[in-house]
This record gives sequence, structure tokens and C-alpha cells, in this order.
Amino acid sequence: MVELTINNIKVQAEEGMTILEAAKSVGIHIPTLCHMKDLTPTGACRICVVEVDGMNGLTPSCAYPVYNGMVVETNSPRVRRSRKTIVELLVENHPQDCLICVRNKNCELQDLSEQYGLREHKYVGEKKVHAIDISSASMERDPAKCILCGRCTRVCNEIQKVGAIDFTNRGFSSNVTTPFNKGLNVSDCILCGQCILVCPTAALREKGHLKDVQNALNSKDKYVVVQIAPAVRASIGEEYGMPLGTDATGKLVTGLRRLGFKRVFDTNFAADLTIMEEGTELIGRIGNGGTLPMFTSCCPGWVKYIEQNRPELLAHVSSCKSPHEMEGAILKTYYAKKMGLDPKDIYVVSIMPCTVKKYESDRPELSEEHKQDVDAVLTTRELVRFFRAAGIDFDDLPEDQFDNPLGESTGAAIIFGTSGGVMEAALRTAYFKMTGNELENLELADIRGDQGVKETTIKINGMDINVAVVNGIGNVDPILDEIAEGKSKYHFIEVMACPSGCINGGGQPIHHKPEKVKKRIQALYDIDTKMKNRKSHENESVQKLYKEFLGEPNSHMAHEILHTSYVNRKEILSNK
Amino acid sequence: MHKEIFKNYTPKDRSNLIVILQETQEIYGYLPEEALSDVSDFIDVPLASIYGVATFYNQFRLKPLGKNVVRVCRGTACHVKNSANVLSALEFELGVTAGNTTRDKLFTLETVACIGACSIAPVISINSDYYGRVEVKEITKILKKYRNEEKTKSITEKEVSV
Repeated sequence: MVELTINNIKVQAEEGMTILEAAKSVGIHIPTLCHMKDLTPTGACRICVVEVDGMNGLTPSCAYPVYNGMVVETNSPRVRRSRKTIVELLVENHPQDCLICVRNKNCELQDLSEQYGLREHKYVGEKKVHAIDISSASMERDPAKCILCGRCTRVCNEIQKVGAIDFTNRGFSSNVTTPFNKGLNVSDCILCGQCILVCPTAALREKGHLKDVQNALNSKDKYVVVQIAPAVRASIGEEYGMPLGTDATGKLVTGLRRLGFKRVFDTNFAADLTIMEEGTELIGRIGNGGTLPMFTSCCPGWVKYIEQNRPELLAHVSSCKSPHEMEGAILKTYYAKKMGLDPKDIYVVSIMPCTVKKYESDRPELSEEHKQDVDAVLTTRELVRFFRAAGIDFDDLPEDQFDNPLGESTGAAIIFGTSGGVMEAALRTAYFKMTGNELENLELADIRGDQGVKETTIKINGMDINVAVVNGIGNVDPILDEIAEGKSKYHFIEVMACPSGCINGGGQPIHHKPEKVKKRIQALYDIDTKMKNRKSHENESVQKLYKEFLGEPNSHMAHEILHTSYVNRKEILSNK
Repeated sequence: MHKEIFKNYTPKDRSNLIVILQETQEIYGYLPEEALSDVSDFIDVPLASIYGVATFYNQFRLKPLGKNVVRVCRGTACHVKNSANVLSALEFELGVTAGNTTRDKLFTLETVACIGACSIAPVISINSDYYGRVEVKEITKILKKYRNEEKTKSITEKEVSV
């Protein structure tokens, strides 16, 4: 233990703690911009400087370890003046368009400007000018709003290990760009949007589909339906000040109805359907000596990653469409027929915690007779904007139920929203399909939690089935290497591009409250335990769908509608 | 061609990045996209980071040089002797800003911190020729020499081919 004094308060800190952490432990807030929890500090932004007795200059508290007898002042006039100057300089080199900015009222630079009482434009000089990159289907890059904190590059390089963006040039022309400053659409970016979650300003943001959805809702000949991903209901409440991990399913359904959607469906229905298809595919591969291990294909970021980086391993990826695409495909075939609707008139909107889903819905492989399975994707954040624009007070909404038949779901489907969930759901059903008995313990603790790679073994019919869960795309390369060398022991591997899965997706509410991910995950697990049915094969609507329309899992019809193909994107993207 | 360079280095060792970039530039005179992408594969560093290094250091260029390189001294002595005007005259005459190459690839215009010939300021150099006490009105004449060279050469080439 180390004893030091911060602002005249005696503080007990652990050896190796930084001043920032020690101050935080006694409720002293030090502002930060470039600091990222659990990553080595860069000390780039200098906003966290403090005065340390006996040191000449100001010290960056995020990078400096505490020592015995240290005397620190975090709020001296010198510190405040220095921080204010930093904010002033950042603000003056920033487009002053807060009023019309997508991050208005949720911007760290704006907060700092307010905290340090900026009331005048102190410096007048050249401002950086950069074009906005709107090339990608999911994301926009607006480097003029970038304050060069570097958090996006660190998430991209150190956590996701994708390395699509980095610092380029020097001095005043420093910038965060893709290689050769080309569009994101031709870069290595997998559009996961983790950079959006850490961006303090609006330099990185999703590409809005709100206008398209509003236009569709206003059009008389469109039958506009909506579906909600599991992770959205566990996070949207945060935008309305509800406690972390509030399940807002009922309110969401009412809100969406009030927005004018004809029917409100649950992506969880299709998650159950995915399990039926993917589980059957896995059993088939194991039984017929097919390509193993098999990867899940629910995460479009992961699919894009393997298409771009390891196309030679694409045969390992399940051919199943992702759940919301399946839901869209069923809506435009089975549901259209059942309701006597022209599939052309159905407009499917997905509310997703994800940015890649926007790009995914544009994929030409994901359409029925040249009609996209899903027409537009809104992120959780966009939906909140939509509610606000429509004058819907989310807090006061009564609760409502999903429409049927594409609204019924089981507990296995809700946990799709978190890392390990797809695997858990798949095993619950695969075990039943292969043995005829139900799994004794439905909750597989080994593949829950926040480790990078989780694994477990299940005995089915005397055979050891080894499964792995890759939590975050940054952990996938060693597993791919193993497979390439033919040394993999696994049968089935789940991959989610975002750390902790969809619940922490790039389209989720932006804030830095600790515990947010844990609480959201708990909300999903709680919903699962409360469900009457907790296994996908128990979903009656899904059973009916097979009876009335698809035949059986992996039937010819199911292949036509619910399965897809992949593209070698390495060739497309390579500069050679 | 640049793949020959890799033979002398260990794969996946990022510490050799700058040397490899320097040697690549020696081959091509600049860093072609394709070469950078190969370097990225070889040392296992994302292309974005390599592009970052290549744009950080002045020594690296990402576009090929023109046939003639015009350098304008922007050191203190030359600045006092009006080198800013000389530079704008050159920019006007060539139709490109400093750091760029004309569309016919004949001239690349660059600035340098100090050529080291302050006694004859302001100085410009074209390839290995140095011009001291340059006046704005002389610029056209100086450039003409290099333009004419190109013309006569292309005429002779034509005659030869006929």
C-alpha cells in the first residue's frame, strides 16, 4: 500500500496505481480524453494533468504511478488554466456546429467546454479541413471533428486487431485515416463500430437510415414492419435514465407501434429459427464428415473479417443467414403469402445494436428474388432519436406484446445478444436433436463471462463435442491459424466481432458508465430464466413454420430462403 | 522487385519497417501502394499503420517524382531575400503547389529548409544545377531550358524512330 495526499485528502492506494486511479477511488474526478481503461496510457491529450509537489512541469495523471508521500493537487489555478487552454485550442480547431451535430449533448468536448467555462473564442487561426467519408454502408468518418485522442485507433488496433485506421501525417495535418486516405468501404474495416463507442465527438458515427424509414412509413403503399434484436431491449432504457440493465421490451413494442409500424416482430423468433438451421447443419457436418469446425455466421462483422482476411477458410462458416435476415426473408415469403401481401410492398426495418448490419442488409446475397430481405437497419441510438422526433415519451409508455407469428421466442433466442449465447442456444437444441433427451443443465457457465476465448466440452452420444466461443474479433486469429494448420480440436465455434457480443455492439448507446456491459448481459440472462420455453426447438411458431412452409430444417426450401453464400473479399480489396 | 528486400529481414519483425521502406524507395523513387501492402503482409503490421509511418517522415514520398526536381530554398536568408515570391512564381508557372508534380510529370516542386548557399540568396536548384540571386522575372527563362531539353529530345526520338 502507498499513502499519498490528493487535494489535502489522505489516500491509500495500491502500488502501481496511477494518480488518476487513486484520485478516482476517493471521488476526485480528473477529466480525460485519450485515456482508455485497461490499455497502456499514451498521455497524448494532456487534459488530465495535475500538479505534483516537487516536480517542475505538470504531470499527466493517467500515466504517472503513485508513490509514498506524494502530494498531488488536481484543482489548482495552474492546473485549471492549463486544462482550459487545451480545451480552448481543441474547440477552436473544431467545427462549431454543435446545434446540428449528431452527438449534440453527448459529446466529451462539449462537456469539457462547459466544465471549464469557455465563454469566448480565444484563438483565431487556421482550421483543419477534411472531407467526410461517406463511402461505407454503415459508418461515416468526419475527420474535421477528430480531436486526435487516438481512442479509435487503439480500439481498432489493440482490441479488435483489425487495424483499419491509424494516425497519418504530422503536426497540424495529423489525422486519423485509412491507408491512402481511401474510403472505409475499400479498407480493412469490418464496420463493427467499436470506434464509434469510444469516439468523444462525432468524428466517427453511424450512417443514418432514419430518413429512409420515415419515407417508407409515410408512403401509402408500403407495409412497414419492424423487428428488434435481443440486445436493444436491454440497453435502450439507458438513454432515458433508467437503471442499467432494464428490460424495456414492452415499452419498445408500444413505442414502435406509435411510430406507425404495421407490425412489431421479434428478431428472437428468427434466432430460434437460426438455431434449428444451424444446429441441423452442425449435426449434418459431424455425421457426414463435413468441414469442421463450423463457425457461426450470425455476426456480419465476423463474416466480413473472414471474407477479407482468411477467405480460404470460408467453408468453415455456417451457410445460415443471420437471424434478422432470416426474419426478413420469412416476412417476404411465408408471411407475405399467409397475409396475402405482395412482397414488393413489405418494407422490413431492423432495430439493431450493430452498425455492420446496415452493410449486411445491402449484401446482394441476402435477398429474395432481387428484393432485399431487410430494407433498412436502425441502430439503438437512431431509434432513440426517432422516438424523440416523434414526441414519444418512452418512460411513460405502457407495455405491449409482439405480433405473431414472428414474435414468439424462447430463452435460447434472447441470449443471442451476448457472447456465448448462440453457442449455448445451439447446444441446448443440438443435444436434444442428437440424443432425444434435454440437456440437464441449460446454463453453461464455461462459455459465459468476458474472457477472450471460452471453451467447453459436451458429451453427446458418447462423443466429445468441443466448442469454443470467441469473444471479440481480436481473439480470433490464433484459432484461425490452428484450423489452417489442421490442428483444431473444436467442432463448433461461435465468433462475435464486438467484445461481449451484440450487447456491446457499435450501435448501442454511447456513455462510459462502468458495469454497463455486465448489467445489460445480466438483463438478457434474466429474461432467459423467466421464459416458459428455453430451447429453440420448443418455439411453437417455428415448428408451425416448418410444418406449413419449410418442411424440415435444411430442406431445399430452407436452403433457398434461409441460407446464403460468401465472397472472397481479399481479392476484391487487395491492391495487387 | 521490392520482394527481394524481404530476403534480408525476419518476417513479422516490425522494427525493420523504416529500413525496408527506405530500400523500397531506393528501387522506385517513391513508395508504391502495392509495395506498402506487401510490406504490411511481410512484417505483419496493418497497412494503415505503415501508411502512417510513410506519411510521418519527410523522407518518404508516395507519388513518383517528376523528371526535374525544382527545390526552392525557404531558409532565413532566402526568406529575407524574397524567396516566398520566387516560390509563388514557380507555383504559378508550373501550375502546382509545393510538394506536387506537374501533370506532364516534367517537374516536381519542393521546398527545402536551407540549401546552404546563403551568400547567393535567394536560391533555387533544379536537379544538380543551382541558381543564385534568382529574380521572379527570370523564372520563365530558367524553366524554359528544361522544357526545351524535353522538346528537342522528343524530336530526336521521333527522327530516330522514323
